[in-house]
Amino acid sequence: MFTLESLLETFQTGSGFWNPIIWVVAILVAFLIAVILRGFGNKEYKKNTGQTQAFLSGNPEYEKEQMHIKSSNIYWGFTESLKWVFDSLKKMHTGNVSDYALWFVIVMAILFVVLIVGENLVGAI
Amino acid sequence: MNVADLIALLLQHSPALIVAVPLLGAFITPLISRLNDKVRNVFVILTLGLTASLVFLLASDVFTGNIHTYIFGSQDLALPVVRILFEVDAMSAFMAIISVILSLVAVIYSWSFMKENTGLDKYYTLILLMTAGMLGMELTGDLFNFFVFLEITSISSAALVAFWTNKAKSVEAGFKYIVISTIGALFILFSIALFYGQYNALNMAMIASAIQYTFLDKIALVLLIAALAMKAGVVPMHMWLPDAYGKAPSSVTLILVGATQASLYGVFRVCFTIYGGAINLTPISVGWILVILGIITMLLGVAMAIIQTDFKRLIAFGAVAEIGYILLGIGTGLVVMLNPEMTATGLAAMKGGIFHIMNDALDVGLLFLVAGAIYYATKETSLNKLGGLARNMKYTTVFFIIGLLAISGMPPMNGFASKLLIYESTYQLNPILSIIAILSSIMLLAVFVKVFHAAFLGPALPKFENVKEVPKSMLIAMGTIATIIIIFGLFPELIINNIVEPAANALVNYGDYIREVIPSFAGGV
Repeated sequence: MFTLESLLETFQTGSGFWNPIIWVVAILVAFLIAVILRGFGNKEYKKNTGQTQAFLSGNPEYEKEQMHIKSSNIYWGFTESLKWVFDSLKKMHTGNVSDYALWFVIVMAILFVVLIVGENLVGAI
Repeated sequence: MNVADLIALLLQHSPALIVAVPLLGAFITPLISRLNDKVRNVFVILTLGLTASLVFLLASDVFTGNIHTYIFGSQDLALPVVRILFEVDAMSAFMAIISVILSLVAVIYSWSFMKENTGLDKYYTLILLMTAGMLGMELTGDLFNFFVFLEITSISSAALVAFWTNKAKSVEAGFKYIVISTIGALFILFSIALFYGQYNALNMAMIASAIQYTFLDKIALVLLIAALAMKAGVVPMHMWLPDAYGKAPSSVTLILVGATQASLYGVFRVCFTIYGGAINLTPISVGWILVILGIITMLLGVAMAIIQTDFKRLIAFGAVAEIGYILLGIGTGLVVMLNPEMTATGLAAMKGGIFHIMNDALDVGLLFLVAGAIYYATKETSLNKLGGLARNMKYTTVFFIIGLLAISGMPPMNGFASKLLIYESTYQLNPILSIIAILSSIMLLAVFVKVFHAAFLGPALPKFENVKEVPKSMLIAMGTIATIIIIFGLFPELIINNIVEPAANALVNYGDYIREVIPSFAGGV
């Protein structure tokens, strides 16, 4: 069942193919090249010296808590520009269990209309 | 009796034992708990280990094309007596594998994660009951029995969601879960009554062979799809899911992912097996309904995930989006099932959707375990308050990266192979569907990159200076799932050929499922 050939087999998707092993080998080769290139870099780095201190154009470093970009600030521009979408989505999530049940009734009603009323209409046409 | 005979005997009775072992274990656990906590933990792990062995034994036979039936009660099907019939095909076995792996990993994780809590005898009892319920839902061939196991799963899940009774939000989430589950179960029971009233049968194969697609059958279909889809967290009926997933202990959330998928399995069993013969004769395809629900689920799940700041709630919305992919794949399969020109496309979509059920469970499960590990180490779930944890929690960080890449469908992880199948097959149906699916994946990647930056990167925060890596049992649990993700990612052809394809064929060839109970049945693909 699990022969070496079966492990190395290319995955045929129907319209295309995918071989993760080749992909992994390619990544490893790229990584190796990166390591070699890194080897040509400056070797004068010294641990635990002034070299490791943050340099903010001569300004003093803020508290660590202030330096970290918080989750809410990431993608701020994206969420701000689509605020109307996100606000309406938040509004939909009321946290009220009665509303959860109401959505179930709405979906059931839509399915009823589509599958039963809709079918009869299509059948009549 | 030699070993071969013993294995044959175990195989014969495995459908019953798979449910009986965790059920019996659940009742024994409180007694063993009185001896010693460690003995109890070992007992629960061994119980689920034995259940897993039985599931794998049964699956190894079922994946070769056999269907197993197990009758509780009279063996003579012609006699009109009460009996329950378990029927296990490759799809059932596939789902049982997912459920049992998640439960086993969850109890290993719980060893350290729940150590400081009291009432653990009840906790482990409920986990075993929930596992028995999920496995019962997946193995039974009887619709009323499916309802009973659904109730067992729902009640034990609700109690586990509210396990941290000292937290008001957890109790509230448990309450919401049980209300929603009860409403769903009530409508399922109503649809079962509609079948029983018309066909005098509760067995799925019997109903499937007799179904006429009458007006009452259509109502039953609407009720079953709506109720099971709500239990599966399909948008817009998903709102209970982030509440429950977000407030339950992470080990419980992992099993809840399995419980959600067991409901999704119910949707597929109803659409393909019970309505298999009638569903594609209708002018409006149920497949398209699943596709549309899938697209909405995917988009809304990922959009809500992007604005979340609570770690577990964010993953929960990511899980909602992943359910959309499964619905899209299997819905596409259902749409093109009877079109002879698109048979290959339909099967590819089915394989993608079914493979993604497994991948979703693993990827989302791993991310929840990572969230639990971070909570265990920092007592914090707000992403706005976390940062720089990669310095202190190196293994957890690696596991998170694996989960991040897998859920976003990045090569070479498992999610890529299943999503590739879904993209390709939906493109054949309608390119816009494929574009939306790819866009959602890109947004999922953006969502989890945000989490990675917020929680793991950035400067070392003084308040987390003393944070240490989590205990070994939690690392083993996360490592197990991460290893499976990598194996599935590196060898997708092997997994699809041996596990996924038989499951897809079992759903499509619904006639075989019916013929196992009613040999005279002539229909089916």
